[in-house]
Amino acid sequence: MVLGWWTIASQYHGWWRLNVTEDICGLTVHELSDLIAKREIKAEEVARCFAERVQSVDDRVKAFVTVTIDLAIEQAKAVDEAIARGEEVGPLAGIPGAIKDNISTRGVRTTCSSKILHNYQPVYDATVIERLKGAGFAIIGKTNLDEFAMGSSTENSGFFTTHNPWNLSTVPGGSSGGSAAAVAADECAFALGSDTGGSIRQPAAFCGVVGIKPTYGRVSRYGLVAFASSLDQIGPLTKDVTDCAIVLNAISGKDPRDSTSLDVECPDFTKALVEDVKGLKIGVPREFFGEGTDSDVEKAVIDAIELLASLGAEWKETSMPIADYGLPVYYIIAPAECSSNLARYDGVRYGLRSGSSTDTVSMFRKTREEGFGAEVKQRIMIGTYALSAGYYDAYYLKAQKVRTLLRRDFERAFEEFDVLISPTSPTVAFGIGEKADDPFAMKLADVCTIPVNLAGIPGISVPCGFKNGLPIGLQIMGRGLDEETLIRVAYTFERNTEWHKRKPEL
Amino acid sequence: MEYEPVIGMEVHVELQTESKMFCGCKVDFGGEPNTRCCPVCLGLPGSLPVVNRRAVALMAKAALALNCVVAPQCIFHRKNYYYPDLPKNYQISQYDYPLGVNGFVEITVNGKTKKIAIRRVHMEEDTGKLLHVEGGRSLIDYNRSGVPLMEIVTLNPPPPGLDQIESAEEAREYLQRLRQILVYLDVSDCKMEEGSMRCEPNISIRPKGQVEFGTKTEIKNLNSFRAVYLGVDYEIRRQERVLREGEQVVQETRRWDDVRGVTSSMRSKEFEQEYRYFPDPDLVPIQFSDEFLDKLRAELPELPGQIIRRFVDEYGVSKEDAEILADTRELATFFDACARGSRDPKAVANWIQGEFLRLVNATGTAIADAKVTPEGLRELLDMVDVGTINRNTAKNVFDEMFRTGRTAADIVKIKGLEQVSDSGTIESVIDKVIAGNPNEVERFRAGEERLMGWFVGQVMRETKGKANPGIVNKMLAEKLKG
Repeated sequence: MVLGWWTIASQYHGWWRLNVTEDICGLTVHELSDLIAKREIKAEEVARCFAERVQSVDDRVKAFVTVTIDLAIEQAKAVDEAIARGEEVGPLAGIPGAIKDNISTRGVRTTCSSKILHNYQPVYDATVIERLKGAGFAIIGKTNLDEFAMGSSTENSGFFTTHNPWNLSTVPGGSSGGSAAAVAADECAFALGSDTGGSIRQPAAFCGVVGIKPTYGRVSRYGLVAFASSLDQIGPLTKDVTDCAIVLNAISGKDPRDSTSLDVECPDFTKALVEDVKGLKIGVPREFFGEGTDSDVEKAVIDAIELLASLGAEWKETSMPIADYGLPVYYIIAPAECSSNLARYDGVRYGLRSGSSTDTVSMFRKTREEGFGAEVKQRIMIGTYALSAGYYDAYYLKAQKVRTLLRRDFERAFEEFDVLISPTSPTVAFGIGEKADDPFAMKLADVCTIPVNLAGIPGISVPCGFKNGLPIGLQIMGRGLDEETLIRVAYTFERNTEWHKRKPEL
Repeated sequence: MEYEPVIGMEVHVELQTESKMFCGCKVDFGGEPNTRCCPVCLGLPGSLPVVNRRAVALMAKAALALNCVVAPQCIFHRKNYYYPDLPKNYQISQYDYPLGVNGFVEITVNGKTKKIAIRRVHMEEDTGKLLHVEGGRSLIDYNRSGVPLMEIVTLNPPPPGLDQIESAEEAREYLQRLRQILVYLDVSDCKMEEGSMRCEPNISIRPKGQVEFGTKTEIKNLNSFRAVYLGVDYEIRRQERVLREGEQVVQETRRWDDVRGVTSSMRSKEFEQEYRYFPDPDLVPIQFSDEFLDKLRAELPELPGQIIRRFVDEYGVSKEDAEILADTRELATFFDACARGSRDPKAVANWIQGEFLRLVNATGTAIADAKVTPEGLRELLDMVDVGTINRNTAKNVFDEMFRTGRTAADIVKIKGLEQVSDSGTIESVIDKVIAGNPNEVERFRAGEERLMGWFVGQVMRETKGKANPGIVNKMLAEKLKG
């Protein structure tokens, strides 16, 4: 019998153990999975390592709203038992994952980082949670976000701001900032986020991890607390592209409970982990390098494109004029849908109920007044206005028409190119509080990611460099349902670079 | 000045589906509060609606039966408003792409037939139910939340060739015909008392001849057909009084008080409520293929209007009789089966409206559960037609058939009830009666002709009611005249 290094190491304690914890937590999903499958480490031990890691770093990173170590250990034990019985387990069995706190988890508080849901405990699991549980994952906890996923920094969280592990005085991005930070800080092996206008990709970029927003309809939204239903999509945040494919495999596919989920065959995304970009046609839309794009970010992206070209891809600059309207269109459609989606938080059935109300209407009003933060209130008001009779045609309907044009812009581009490449965000992570007083500057952080949601196509962000010790993200956009090409290009890039191997020092 | 009323009807009907409109919860009346709900119909965060295809097919069928054009594509909208019985604070409904448009319902009042124009038929979900309890508290039961609802709205003014409702009688008749069609289709049980059919009429009056409509009021809390009639009638008179007194009718919602028999103001509706309709992004548009609509059309049962016409043509019954016989699908089916192949369909019609319905109503039996089969009744009536038994005997036999389910032939045979038509037998009985009652014979011959009935009775008693009444009458008349 071959003794694995863990078997030997586990006989020691003290400083050994500490290093082991860091080493284990730094591994990718596929690395951990190999160790567990080879019985070199028990899933329970993995879970305990991550528990220690969370304990030692999360008071600084503050990625988690709720930590569920006990559940993780319980789920890990079940995996260990299955393995002991000689059962085959999948690549996520016993793998600790963190879940954005706007995804419904049965029996585990799901707050959306909002005071209005501070005590809400769902009675059901989101479809993605059911699927991950079926795959044997171990839930480490629920991660912080901008309240109801509205924001780009987690500063809009109703509870606290998450810190970027690379520089604790900067934001992790958002809204899935907690998930991105948890992955970057090795507090979990992978995380789920949700992306309405860039909320997976932008924090992935800021925290130096991989994040994919799948095609709209690829992953079931059932159990994802709706922000803007026609834009929301769940996706993984991971330490490398391989993990991204593995998690995507687990969560994708038609769900009869979500009418907007697509009834199409799901490929095995790990089959797309191929190092080959020969003949790949890359379009580089100049509108995605607009005013406010950091020159170092631009350089890193161009270098990345040159690298792909050196590996056999061809690239060309192109133009997508409608993309410039992405931001205004988004800020009509998303608030309009949110104003209706968030109407249910009224204190009647669950969550916060204002104690000072005297009648139904004042209960509604005061509950919402006390429960929602400023950003959420602003979007509800904008959306309510945009949907009002007399304004509907001028705002919502018009925005939908522009959205259609934007989609066509992408379709045209994809007639010529296999993928489009841009920065994920025009800058690296900014300082906490730096843009809090300038909501427009904050919203520019999503200027490159928003058009992808509006068009419903997939987009992935992978690390492509650093500026002042802060990661830069490369966004690769593809045709609807063509996540495979994104994964292939991202994987090829990753195999030829070292960016993803860097770790923040905590 | 003479005024004429114009009435618009907004009717909501709860569907009789197994499950709710957008989730798998069971649809049923009553039950322990909040036992038939799930994350979807409670609007829990993250839950999503999925259209109940059976409910859509059923409503599309109803739209076809109401002579509507069914749209090839229809879309669900969100109707946004805050109310504690509405778990999402928006109702999934339809707006500018409803299921069906431009239909009509045929009604007949005082012999006048009208085609009442329908503007639209659309699908939506029901709300929960608020229950106000002591201490100023309110409880909510979400069992009803998400039950499929169909909304049917009339069109005023009607397009050429169609009509509008112009009296309380017509309003009630419209509702009854609508109910009849929907019950025929098994769309709904349409029980106004239980709320599975709800009606909110709006009423306005205008000087006779004026084209513009007057200011309208809407009436709520009408829980029976009678209440609809009384409420609309009251409101027409009230508005007339208001106008005659030189006042203005206020646009408002008024509540019907069934006990006091009056309407009173609930809330004024001076401005259009802002519902911020927009297409529900959680649902995809529903497309109907031509094949699907053709299939639905083929599945449509024969509807009351068609049945009435057929009964008149095929069986020669009067229109009035046909209307009664087509009242429910069960009765129409019973009559149809009984009259088909009968020697005398009109007698069947009379018998069903008389004896059959009398017993059905007296015993509270559902027609489907009646022990008498249509074939059994036909056999009985054919026995009358050929003279095997007379009508009076038939009534007694029918009572027994209804009670026991035995066949007419069995009962007649066992009890020896065959009619006696043999003139020799009848003659000897008549002779005996005449001989035994000389006084009465005297009085008859002196001109007291109404004693004829008494003599017939005597003969019938002697024969235990089995004598052929035709022969008895004829022979008695001859003999008594001497």
